[in-house]
Amino acid sequence: MLELRGLCKYFHTPGGMFSSDRKPIRAVDGVSFKVHRGEIVGLVGESGSGKTTLARVVLGLTEMTAGDVIIDGIDLGKATRQDMKKLHSEVAVVFQDPASNLNPRQTVESSIMRPMILHKVPKEEARKRAGEVMDMVKMDRQYLESYPHQLSGGQLQRISIARALALQPKLMILDEPTSALDVSVQAQILNLLLDLQDSLHLTYLVITHDLNVIRYISDRIAVMYLGKLVEFGPAEEIAVNPAHPYTKSLMDSAPILDPELRGREKKLLTGDPGSLVKIGKGCRFCDRCDFCEDHCRKEEPKETDFGDGRIVFCHHPLIDVSAPAGTKDVAV
Amino acid sequence: MQELKSKPESKPAASEYATEPEGEASAAGTKNDELLKLENLSINYKVHDGYLSAVNHVNMTIRKGEIFAVVGESGCGKSTVAHSILRLLPDKDTKITGKILFKGQDLSTFNEKQIEKVRGRQIGMIFQNPLDSLNPVYRVGTQVEEAILLDNPDKAAAKKKTVSLFRDVRLPDAELRAESYPHELSGGMRQRVMIAMMLSRTPELLIADEPTTALDVTIEAQILDILKRLKNTYGTSIMLITHNFGLVAEIADRIGVMYAGEMVETGDVFEIFRNPRHPYTKLLMQALPRRSKKEGRLKTIDGMVPRITDDKPCCRFANRCPSASERCFKESPAAVDFGNGHICRCFEAEGAESVKVNG
Repeated sequence: MLELRGLCKYFHTPGGMFSSDRKPIRAVDGVSFKVHRGEIVGLVGESGSGKTTLARVVLGLTEMTAGDVIIDGIDLGKATRQDMKKLHSEVAVVFQDPASNLNPRQTVESSIMRPMILHKVPKEEARKRAGEVMDMVKMDRQYLESYPHQLSGGQLQRISIARALALQPKLMILDEPTSALDVSVQAQILNLLLDLQDSLHLTYLVITHDLNVIRYISDRIAVMYLGKLVEFGPAEEIAVNPAHPYTKSLMDSAPILDPELRGREKKLLTGDPGSLVKIGKGCRFCDRCDFCEDHCRKEEPKETDFGDGRIVFCHHPLIDVSAPAGTKDVAV
Repeated sequence: MQELKSKPESKPAASEYATEPEGEASAAGTKNDELLKLENLSINYKVHDGYLSAVNHVNMTIRKGEIFAVVGESGCGKSTVAHSILRLLPDKDTKITGKILFKGQDLSTFNEKQIEKVRGRQIGMIFQNPLDSLNPVYRVGTQVEEAILLDNPDKAAAKKKTVSLFRDVRLPDAELRAESYPHELSGGMRQRVMIAMMLSRTPELLIADEPTTALDVTIEAQILDILKRLKNTYGTSIMLITHNFGLVAEIADRIGVMYAGEMVETGDVFEIFRNPRHPYTKLLMQALPRRSKKEGRLKTIDGMVPRITDDKPCCRFANRCPSASERCFKESPAAVDFGNGHICRCFEAEGAESVKVNG
């Protein structure tokens, strides 16, 4: 459904008037992975790891610097106008803060109809469809007449999802869909997203930093660190038995949901993620890694394939290539 | 505005909770352990034709050297309670009744000058977004020194202390960082500066209002680690306000669950996670995503937290509660002690064999 091949997105620092050394900020640097049809892939990483930039490139909101993005057979780099138009209806997005994504001066109905109107759907049909998508997200049709300020955060997020569904997308990109919501509402939205995915056979790319959410919702997880993909594979494998030291510390810092686990052994990361401007040659995780050795600093780690659908970029992966998946539980 | 807060009505619903001190004290040992005690605290906001109840008869006790977590969804009155303790709510439009006892003294009767002495020195507070709490045009070191100079006007000593405090909160390159401006620091570092600033006056109680919500999980884990060490080395009590059960499970000693302005359940953290009694607590725990979707959909709570302006049933959770009976809409449940300081307000929980205290 979605394939990324060596995707790069560099931004440039503004150079001074007399200096010509405009340094590239490598926000996304050579990321490759595939998302299959009907699959939920979770994308995790700390802030500044390039998750959102990657999503923006896939959405066509930002131009990529290098690499290929192939969505449903269409190469984003070589797409014609018609192709782009098709993509715009096939790829939908739901953002974090629903309140800032709906026009406060328009009714819910016109917000939902807007993308359809832009895609030349006749008005009557669009209105009918607006009612249908409201049913899909389990909202009463009476809210079509409401304005965003009259609705709660959870309701607004449902509306955003309804709007995303209006053009019958195949791929949905969900950027922190539940971060702004309370626990009980978060559960409602997660259930709704899973139900929709089941009934409409959608493909999701979910971006979040909530590790419990990502573990719950994803089939596969991609972990990013400073613009690089560090580990990619089946969700449970990654959560229970991470191979990259960074993934391990990330999973260890995931909030536990049972005080009995308090004394568990964990490895906390020290310091902050480094800067994207000053990046050395080697592995980007070097400064915070316990297993860092000389050649880690000099050489960028290559892809290691573990056979179980998992790929890791590390010179010293924590699990043996041949070892069976462990049963030790890290984050419950 | 004086009379609004000076005379707390002591009696009306006090009977509900009247015997709580004994129960609490027996669990804790002596009564002297109590650092902060809220008794029947109600907070009402004035609107043009009356009052809206934001917080209703909240009782809680924070003992010396413990981390007490106040949990609940947004709009449940967690922050309002915290702000009322240091009197940070607008005086003119709020009516506070009940007692806020800090080391036996009722803070709600203090005048501005007296409360000024409590703020920072005895009770410190950190907020969700540290950038809002720091002055962008002063170096962070200077801002921490300013707090130290309030108690001790020796500048050189203050500078030294700042650096050592920065080391205490594990700020890398402490000397260098003291010379930085807030915008030069990352979110985690700023929160550390705030914690250092609080520590500088060694308060006995630290109120942390969503201290890690704006931070990454890895940084959150570091900050929690600092708070835990704080409690252990300085013996500071911490009132942790959060909506994140993960933090609670990680560091709290006791928790209080708030719903729509009421404290519905309080107790020991292990006890509450193992055996939640209030339906709201139960549902909230089940709504947390654990493990994977293959194990089924999450439990949800129908509806949403009532707004402050909404009419609420007698038990404020009744309209969303799966086990609500008619009685819940007509009477409000009293707080019942289930032993070991596990207190819950619910008819359903009460129905089980229980020792009702002074109902």
